[in-house]
Amino acid sequence: MSMPSADNATQVNKLARGLIYIVLILFAIYYLLPLYVMIVNSVKPLSEIREGNMLALPREFTLDPWYTAWSTAQIGVQATGLKPYFINSILMAVPAVAISTLLGALNGFVLTKWRFRGDNLVFGLMLLACFIPFQIALIPAARILGMLGLAGTTRGLVLVHVAYGLGFTTLFFRNYYAAFPTELVKAAQIDGASFFQIFRRILLPSSAPIIVVTVIWQFTNIWNDFLFGASFGDFKSQPMTVALNNLVSSSSGVKEYNVHFAGAILAALPTLFVYIVSGRYFVRGLMAGAVKG
Amino acid sequence: MPTRNQLQSIVPKLVLAPSFAMILLFVYAFILYTGYLSLTDSKMLPSYGLVGFENYSKLWQLPHWWRALTNLAIFGTLYIVVCSVLGLFVAILLDQKIRAEGFLRPIYLYPMALSFIVTGTAWKWFLDPGIGLEHTMHLWGWESFSFTWIKDRNLAIYTVVMAAVWQSSGFVMAMFLAGLRGVDNEIIKAAQIDGASTMTIYRRIIIPLMRPVFLSAFVVLAHLAIKSYDLVVALTGGGPGQATELPATFMYSYTFTRNQMGIGASSAMIMLIMIFSIIIPYLYTELRGGPRQ
Repeated sequence: MSMPSADNATQVNKLARGLIYIVLILFAIYYLLPLYVMIVNSVKPLSEIREGNMLALPREFTLDPWYTAWSTAQIGVQATGLKPYFINSILMAVPAVAISTLLGALNGFVLTKWRFRGDNLVFGLMLLACFIPFQIALIPAARILGMLGLAGTTRGLVLVHVAYGLGFTTLFFRNYYAAFPTELVKAAQIDGASFFQIFRRILLPSSAPIIVVTVIWQFTNIWNDFLFGASFGDFKSQPMTVALNNLVSSSSGVKEYNVHFAGAILAALPTLFVYIVSGRYFVRGLMAGAVKG
Repeated sequence: MPTRNQLQSIVPKLVLAPSFAMILLFVYAFILYTGYLSLTDSKMLPSYGLVGFENYSKLWQLPHWWRALTNLAIFGTLYIVVCSVLGLFVAILLDQKIRAEGFLRPIYLYPMALSFIVTGTAWKWFLDPGIGLEHTMHLWGWESFSFTWIKDRNLAIYTVVMAAVWQSSGFVMAMFLAGLRGVDNEIIKAAQIDGASTMTIYRRIIIPLMRPVFLSAFVVLAHLAIKSYDLVVALTGGGPGQATELPATFMYSYTFTRNQMGIGASSAMIMLIMIFSIIIPYLYTELRGGPRQ
């Protein structure tokens, strides 16, 4: 949908297009600048950051800040680097994403193809759960996790992330399965196929796109979570985001900006990687989450 | 046969039950529990002595809480307005048959994949007068350049807006771009035949057609603004002083560090009411039409 140029205004049009390109490139610079700052300063020695220009390329290239951020930086009380927290984040995100996606798929299947009285109310209540401010859940969740013996554990964080991810995963699959032909499900039922057979043999094989969208959405949200990690995690379970914040905001000693930048990139790498590899699906997830609820 | 059929009709509900039960517990029971705590004399730990609405009246007398609400009003308004204007503007420019669109769009969107902690870290040092932008300008010879907003009690909240807009505006752009792509070309052709200029077509026809996108963007951004927590923690830690305190950081500090759990719980309830008064009317109108794809 764009305006075809009138023939007599080609000159003006060319100028206008040039301007548009310039503005678009300026915006690109604006969005890339913080990433550029993080990258170039993560490979400079500290003295060069303090005395030199933040936007300049490194005069002396060093990977030391990366080694420090990964394996020796002081996080909280221990000098472990970010590595153990990176592992914590993986151990938390992978099961939480897998469980919430599987449950979301089953829920979406039930809510579209096995409709029952009150199913819209059930869905509405699940959908509303996507939007609650988590502050409302912090106090009771801490108590429940304590009662279950899951306080400060990765399993506790997985449980919380599954609970608060279900609304979104159910929404994604429900909207996707709503367009799936119900006749196929009915025909399989008449042939005597069970609920799980229909799900596995008929629905799942055609669900790849929505599974990708859901997995990316959930992974990004869970990996980037800070509030739950800070509230319910301890040393053995705190995720990467919490460790990064501890690293950056620790007030003791010299501020090692280069190490902070390297740590920030390390924390961003997994979601950036997912975004670069499958940006198309990432955007689709954002839109599904936004436009449809 | 009937027993098998009966069994088959229970299975879907059994499949949905655990998810629904989890949501009922983690969302609705937790809301009730926090609501109850907000009426009690809970301090460091939950306690069940009812005190009526005392916490709420205390809350509304706290300058600290008013500060958080004022900040939310400033931050929320600017965040929503700037993201929408910028998002629409860039989307319209990108929609002019730009050859590099496939290259530019991902650049505008990638910040959405990052954790707010990463964004906060990058902007914290980028805006730091000692090593960031101000320092760089001085090195470039602009000696009088001064940018100390992040350290300024009256201006620090605007740095939170800057970082938040950087993170979310690309996403709003993607929403508008999808909306623009959905505009019927016939309407535009008809207007062009009538001699309307490009500007007029955008102002009178296309932008008014974006109403649903404005609404979606408003709902998404408003609820993100009310929930904002991580970004403030990473960027300013709520400071200098209480200059960038938001309701979410207020709730956390009253509940977990100041041992005023009753007041913390009542502030969480206020946040919930704010979000629900935006989300529930929106979901209601969206859901009435039934599932769409």
